Amino acid sequence: MPKEKLIMDASEVSRALTRIAHEILERNKGTQELALVGIRTGGVHLAHRLARRIQTIERAQVPIGELDITLYRDDLALRKDQPVLRKTTIPFNISDLRIVLVDDVLCTGRTIRAAMDGLMDLGRPAEIQLAVLVDRGHRQLPIKANYIGKNIPTARDEIVHVYLEEEGEEDRVVILNGGES
Amino acid sequence: MSLKRKDLIGIAPLDPDEIRLILETADSFKEVSGREIKKVPALRGKTVVNFFFEPSTRTRTSFELAAKRLSADVINFSPSASSVVKGETLLDTARNIEAMQADIIVLRHQAAGAAETLARGVRASVINAGDGWHEHPTQALLDLFTLREKKREFNGLRVAIVGDLAHSRVARSNIYALTKLGAEVRAAGPPTMIPYGLDKLGVRIFYKLEEALRGVDVIMMLRLQLERQGRALFPTIREYSNLYSLTADRLKLADSQALVMHPGPINRGVEIAPDVADSLSSVILDQAANGVAVRMAVLYLLSGAS
Repeated sequence: MPKEKLIMDASEVSRALTRIAHEILERNKGTQELALVGIRTGGVHLAHRLARRIQTIERAQVPIGELDITLYRDDLALRKDQPVLRKTTIPFNISDLRIVLVDDVLCTGRTIRAAMDGLMDLGRPAEIQLAVLVDRGHRQLPIKANYIGKNIPTARDEIVHVYLEEEGEEDRVVILNGGES
Repeated sequence: MSLKRKDLIGIAPLDPDEIRLILETADSFKEVSGREIKKVPALRGKTVVNFFFEPSTRTRTSFELAAKRLSADVINFSPSASSVVKGETLLDTARNIEAMQADIIVLRHQAAGAAETLARGVRASVINAGDGWHEHPTQALLDLFTLREKKREFNGLRVAIVGDLAHSRVARSNIYALTKLGAEVRAAGPPTMIPYGLDKLGVRIFYKLEEALRGVDVIMMLRLQLERQGRALFPTIREYSNLYSLTADRLKLADSQALVMHPGPINRGVEIAPDVADSLSSVILDQAANGVAVRMAVLYLLSGAS
């Protein structure tokens, strides 16, 4: 068993999401032309939570999409077994909207690159912003989040894991030590 | 899970989980085909060769479209225009194609076992697009995918396959697939068209179409291969049609929600009455549309690095 170190507990996760919801509203001056797109799987749950908070604060519904980035990964040609493909469900036209991409952990930035390419194939958004619960550094691409729940300095071989209620766990963020997991 | 295979030769070697994985992956690809920009970069830089020794429009076009929507480069290779007529063997031709860095070869060939032979001889992945009377796995997969959209559950589903089962690779692949997933399969046709030993695959055999159709949830009509007419499988087309054509009256014997399927191309008025082919029960055009999504799934799952 690798060592688990608790980084954020349930109430910290909740407060971070509430703050991000406020920041999204502040930056976009409300919910006009705004949509949230969660990256499967963790990002989708977080996008729904953010939408609920925005609903409470502003009394406005924000459309939510679910994006699977598998087909846009940059390592497909290198892998022996292809990763399991899940569905992309974006039930609205993203053109001219301000899209907030939502993911749980930001690390190398490769997932976000893939997500942006995936979005561009669906239309031409007016703007793409990025919200993440955890930014752990180690960027390999010039990508930066607009909304960050918590910055967590990590070593390259550590693993950050976000547990969420929607998957039957207590909300928390942990670091798994020592590479093995 | 992932598909741990180099090739797709038939349904027979697949286990039920592998079949379900392909169908679920196809479900995701169907969304891509509904987009304005129907293209994803998953197979960028890969080369798919369509190697067709028998005439085919829909299967070849469907594979070509599937590969293009995955951003692969596609080459269509047909024997009349190639060195095959100059006496080169299948394997030699394929090795030459492979030397040009083909990643996936889609093969349609008149000889049963051609895909298997090719798969053993080349490093590229081989997808069987029909080999003689043996198998046509992607057709069965797209039939299953269409069924799943309409009926959800395979377990206990009653399916009648009607026509020339002896000479049908589509029927064989479908029988393997449906029985693996727990459906009850019935076969109906004249004795000359029901191969010996078919019951060993877990199929109930009927020589009277009416009996086979009673209460079924799905009717799969096979194309009567008029080009084989000289082989004395039945006296006249009219007699065959009288006994085995799916008419509106016969359709009433099936469950009221029954689906009518046909792999195409259909012979209107021969194995299927025009009003049945165009009826609400018919999912023939859904089958064609789903073919692209299913083939995208197969190409994607086999495209891992070797």
